Amino acid sequence: MARVVVDVMLKPEILDPQGQAIAGACSRLGFEGIKEIRQGKRFEVEVEGVVDEARLADVRRLAETMLANTVIEDFEVRVEE
Amino acid sequence: MTARVGVVTFPGSLDDRDAARAVALAGAEPVSLWHADADLRGVDAVVLPGGFSYGDYLRCGAIARFAPLMSELVPAARSGALPVLGICNGFQILCESHLLPGALTRNSSLRFVNRDQVLRVENTGTAWTSSYTEGQEILVVLKSGEGSFVADEHTLDELEAAGRVVVRYAGDNPNGSRRGIAGITNEHGNVVGLMPHPEHAVEALTGPSTEGLGFFTSILTHLATGSPVNA
Repeated sequence: MARVVVDVMLKPEILDPQGQAIAGACSRLGFEGIKEIRQGKRFEVEVEGVVDEARLADVRRLAETMLANTVIEDFEVRVEE
Repeated sequence: MTARVGVVTFPGSLDDRDAARAVALAGAEPVSLWHADADLRGVDAVVLPGGFSYGDYLRCGAIARFAPLMSELVPAARSGALPVLGICNGFQILCESHLLPGALTRNSSLRFVNRDQVLRVENTGTAWTSSYTEGQEILVVLKSGEGSFVADEHTLDELEAAGRVVVRYAGDNPNGSRRGIAGITNEHGNVVGLMPHPEHAVEALTGPSTEGLGFFTSILTHLATGSPVNA
């Protein structure tokens, strides 16, 4: 089995109030020098067999069809070694 | 013949009964539809109600978009033939299905908003809003945690230029929606989605007004006259 990781992040122009709330808590906890935090999602997709180009293309299609809403989110697909 | 308006129940729908009741109060026959059904049972129009669907774990409406029922609904709605009203979670499902542009994200306040809300009706040319007059203010209910409408500036400009903003929040923006947009329509005017709940404002006993009923009387008029929608 191999693992393909899909990272999904809100596009830069989309407001992320959740990330802002987390960033707000940082200074209260004494973590200084943190300018901004944005929150995203990570999907770990376990696939059968080896990950070849065709399999990666499948996962990419899954990401743009369902895992990410490309209206507001960007995604990255990579094989985890 | 009485118009038959389907109301879809997804796992987690909350407002399907209220939507069916609003349909009946308006004088149409509500038809219960189940998300896992393969067909729409020949209904003349469909309401996607509020609440939740499949837990909304991924994103609101993201899984519901792929429900078996949606495979008949989406092409019929996209072609302009089937009138569809999406309320709250139903609006989110319509955006996830790409029947409407944009997306709904977390309220800018990060708080669930639950209040009576005044809307301004800006487009009365849709299948669902002909009972109103342009500029009319109506009092309905807003109850959502992920109701902030977002789209890129180009899409927002296009929506406004084409008159596809159906309702806007009057007064304070309750959730950070871009340009105060509460509801929009597609280019045919048959698909309308809005975050607030007109179906909770159809009876004096339970609602803040009866001004939400217009959405449901509009579809009756639309189906009776068979007038082609053209927003």
